[in-house]
Amino acid sequence: MAERKITFVDTTMRDGSHAVRHSFTEEQVSQIAGRLDKCGVQLIELSHGDGLGGSSYTYGFSRTDEFTLMEAAAREIKNGRLTVLLLPGIGTIADLKQAKACGAKAVRVATHVTEADVSAEHIYAAKELDMMAVGFLMMVHTAPVERIVEEAKKMESYGADYINLADSAGYLMPDDVKERITAVREAVNIPVGFHAHNNMGLAIANSLIAVQSGADFVDGTLRGLGAGAGNAQIEVLAGVMKRNGYETGLDFYGLMDLAAEVVEPIMLRPQTIDNGSLMLAYTGVYSSFLLHVYDAAKKYSLDPRDILVELGRRKMVGGQEDMIIDVAYQLTQKA
Amino acid sequence: MDRIKVAVIGPGNIGSDLMYKIFRSKYLEMAMMAGIVESEGIRRAKSKGVKTTIEGVDGVVREDDIRIAFDATSASAHLKFNGPKLKEKGIVSIDLTPAAIGPYCVPVVNLDQLQQEPDINMVTCGGQATIPVVYAVSQVAGAAYAEIVACISSKSAGPGTRANMDEFTETTSKALEVVGGADKGKAIIVLNPAEPPLMMTNTISVKVKDTSVGFDRIREAIEKMVDEVKTYVPGYKLRVPPTMEGDRVTAIVQVEGQADFLPAYSGNLDIINSAAVAAAEKIAERMLREGRNG
Repeated sequence: MAERKITFVDTTMRDGSHAVRHSFTEEQVSQIAGRLDKCGVQLIELSHGDGLGGSSYTYGFSRTDEFTLMEAAAREIKNGRLTVLLLPGIGTIADLKQAKACGAKAVRVATHVTEADVSAEHIYAAKELDMMAVGFLMMVHTAPVERIVEEAKKMESYGADYINLADSAGYLMPDDVKERITAVREAVNIPVGFHAHNNMGLAIANSLIAVQSGADFVDGTLRGLGAGAGNAQIEVLAGVMKRNGYETGLDFYGLMDLAAEVVEPIMLRPQTIDNGSLMLAYTGVYSSFLLHVYDAAKKYSLDPRDILVELGRRKMVGGQEDMIIDVAYQLTQKA
Repeated sequence: MDRIKVAVIGPGNIGSDLMYKIFRSKYLEMAMMAGIVESEGIRRAKSKGVKTTIEGVDGVVREDDIRIAFDATSASAHLKFNGPKLKEKGIVSIDLTPAAIGPYCVPVVNLDQLQQEPDINMVTCGGQATIPVVYAVSQVAGAAYAEIVACISSKSAGPGTRANMDEFTETTSKALEVVGGADKGKAIIVLNPAEPPLMMTNTISVKVKDTSVGFDRIREAIEKMVDEVKTYVPGYKLRVPPTMEGDRVTAIVQVEGQADFLPAYSGNLDIINSAAVAAAEKIAERMLREGRNG
């Protein structure tokens, strides 16, 4: 039997954007995009961490306009597809059109796991623009399996080319991943993918079990660069998948070299599981909140863990970074 | 005292909530509910003794004495049918759709200038909740940039909102500039499915042009504005008082609905409806005054 082919999605220049506080430069993305492409990565995602239009007070301003970065990356990509993330409510179809003009060929339209219907107009628009469209469900730990299936089917009905399940808080245990991927895989007629966070040290294990449960697409980042404790480290994923008998189509050494030579020098902090990251998973909070929580904790002289516990209790979803200040303020009022 | 006869077009959740608010008004009389099918909303209006029609705007313009109509249908319906037909008949449109044929109206900011307009648009729920604060800041210190994040509970986001997220962000962004006075506006909307549903919250950040006016004046301007909005939206309040860091001013406001028809967590729907009724009352007051003088 031929080896099953796994498609890798690199999101160093999107999820990793959180970890470098949206400071990527044209030179950096040119190098990363060009070398990822040479290494055989098929989907190369680049956007502000919160997707198109994410540059803001709330999520952090991008140092370089993301469309400028896209053009720089697109010039270097010969075989793969430049991919963007779009969260309806933050990014718009006008942004998507501009991304396409800058060279984007695929878009992942991301919604909270229970809100897939807000992605309809953006998925339709992507198909009209002749772009690959991915239905991306975030925070899949927060909804029962039947609900995830229902939402995935909605995205399929809008025309999504595959469904990506994101463990945005790094909360899921391997069995939870298996259950979710298996259920969605059985319910839809399009491929399924998985996006891990390493907040409990399970990003690689969870990505492997996702693939073993039928996922054909898997997300990773160089050195694991990403929100919270980061994502599945793509060079590790490449090795792990190969060892498990999957066809990766990736240049293993090339990815290692790129990680060491280009990404490691620009990292602002080591991509370890620090206490805040561990608390993200423990409390089920969206990973990109982490650095904003640290900022608020400093400003209000609070323990970041207390802020995270309250954010988790309030069931905040992706995009609600503005509520970190609210929580910090309310906590100081109680104290 | 005389009251001005009004119609509501679109008997859905918004339209029904409007009806209850109009019942309380001293200046407006709920003369007609217009739909296009025999719906629950039409039955509800009938049961309250309100005259109904299922011929939509045509039923409204056939009435002789209706002076103001609230349009709670859709942007395309307002653009193609309701707006033009109401205008032809000389009925003032209070447009709650994103059509925006006429100027944006945020009552506390610019209603006085719009009283002769045939068609005014109520922006969005997020716009009604945040533009007053942006305007207050821009008046005292200038606003180079205004950004808002509106969070509404999933349960209070109807199919219209869900199918048109871009309309929300684009309309609100534009109105932050045109009405709020910011050089550049940016709006973000987030739906949260938590149970029990969360109250509508709005975070407002403004980059001011002139920090020399001092934080105290900016804070006072915001607080005064919040009190003014509260006169027509009782559940409007500061959740996090204004703060200033460098040239960035931030405040968070919450809107608890009056639960007229929709539950209290639907502050988003309450504030746009309350603003629409406040606008109509002001226009009705003028009509009554002119009626007496003429």
